[in-house]
Amino acid sequence: VVIYAAGSGDVSDLTAPSSIDLRSVSLLDSDHSLAQVSLFDSVVSEMARNGGVAWMRTTEKIDGYDLSTSDTEEVHVLAVDDSLVDRKVIERLLRISSCKVTAVDSGRRALQYLGLDEEIQKKETNGFDGLKVDLIITDYCMPGMTGYELLKKVKESSAFREIPVVIMSSENVIARIDRCLEEGAEDFIVKPVKLSDVKRIIDYTTTELREGEQREGARAKRRGINKRKQREGDDDLSSSPPSTLSSSTSSSPSSSIQSATAPSSPSTLDSPTRRLKMTSSE
Amino acid sequence: MDFVNQLQRKFIDYSSSLHREGIVDDQFTQLRKLEDENSPHFVMEVASLFFEDCEKLINNMAIALEQKQGVDFKQIEECIHQLKGSSSSIGAMRVKNACIAFRSFSGAQNREGCLRCLQQLSHEYSLLKNKLQTLFRVSVASRCLYVCLVIFCRENEHAEPFPDVLVFQLEKQIVAAGGSIPRVH
Repeated sequence: VVIYAAGSGDVSDLTAPSSIDLRSVSLLDSDHSLAQVSLFDSVVSEMARNGGVAWMRTTEKIDGYDLSTSDTEEVHVLAVDDSLVDRKVIERLLRISSCKVTAVDSGRRALQYLGLDEEIQKKETNGFDGLKVDLIITDYCMPGMTGYELLKKVKESSAFREIPVVIMSSENVIARIDRCLEEGAEDFIVKPVKLSDVKRIIDYTTTELREGEQREGARAKRRGINKRKQREGDDDLSSSPPSTLSSSTSSSPSSSIQSATAPSSPSTLDSPTRRLKMTSSE
Repeated sequence: MDFVNQLQRKFIDYSSSLHREGIVDDQFTQLRKLEDENSPHFVMEVASLFFEDCEKLINNMAIALEQKQGVDFKQIEECIHQLKGSSSSIGAMRVKNACIAFRSFSGAQNREGCLRCLQQLSHEYSLLKNKLQTLFRVSVASRCLYVCLVIFCRENEHAEPFPDVLVFQLEKQIVAAGGSIPRVH
């Protein structure tokens, strides 16, 4: 089905609201292929978005920006994942959470974007210099540079070590989580990533951005707490998210202890790692 | 009226059968919730990327398993890892489970077992693709029909109005299939 509207305006000029006259809408029969039907739907959505007809807009949204966030500045997230599918998903999750997103497919490209790549000077990267990165979210398992290696590089740099780094992984391996936290990761998400995971991270990233001075002290304290918990051998990890079906020991070199697969409530906002950090401060 | 009822039934049946048969899991539902009027085709777009990914990886594994000189099981494991990851992210549960089963055979370097697993994986992938494409087609057709009806209603104020219940039914079925209702006001 193809629909076109004839009017005083050019049908391709969807930014001229008053000029599209729906009285001369015609429907043309065509092959009902998926592509053409999608095209129609896209046109209608486009019209909705650009006010081609007097579409009602929600009061919070203008031009796709959600003005309901309390911060006028959006959080800018650098997402790193070698999987195209995962990149698309994380991008959408972040956009829906009112973030600006830059998605790259490798640790190397992430460093280039930040200007940390030794081989490419910052001035050679295309004009993104002005965009400050507020948060880095990266996959753990990537060819070339792993998320862990990227984390280390970021934390070693004086310019960027303050940027919180979150690690994502499909494997729920305690040794891996601990290693990342000790290196300074803010949090560890087990894939598949859900909206609640992203919202939680954005929430406390936004909070931390506002409480700038306290951040350094808080993180150092958490690292200390985490190390202490390791030494005490505290095994209260039953609230961790369920591990993947098969044993992940094939991918982990060390004999890591899997967390108990106690079903955790997905609605809880606390991450398992944060609960770890919290309990010892009580 | 009967046509709309049929469409609605087909819609809801299809949507629930995908979950009932374990073809998709909760992650798929989560992704559908991320669609809105600004991004009404998100799931379709991700699914397309996934299909391309899947076909490429299945092909690579088939070729690897054909190698007379010796099968590169490391490469196969790498493919399985990627496919397991993306199928998990999109909520393709049966494909993901097929990957998990596959992994143990490739770990054991069992070529015969791997060939059987690959066949199973291809089967699950085809099933998923057919079901999802049908769901998308019905979903988009419903949305179009809905918009047409609303436009028609608005532009024909003096004509016999369509029963509201017709528009309402369409809204219900769009939502039942997890899609978002196009804003028309």
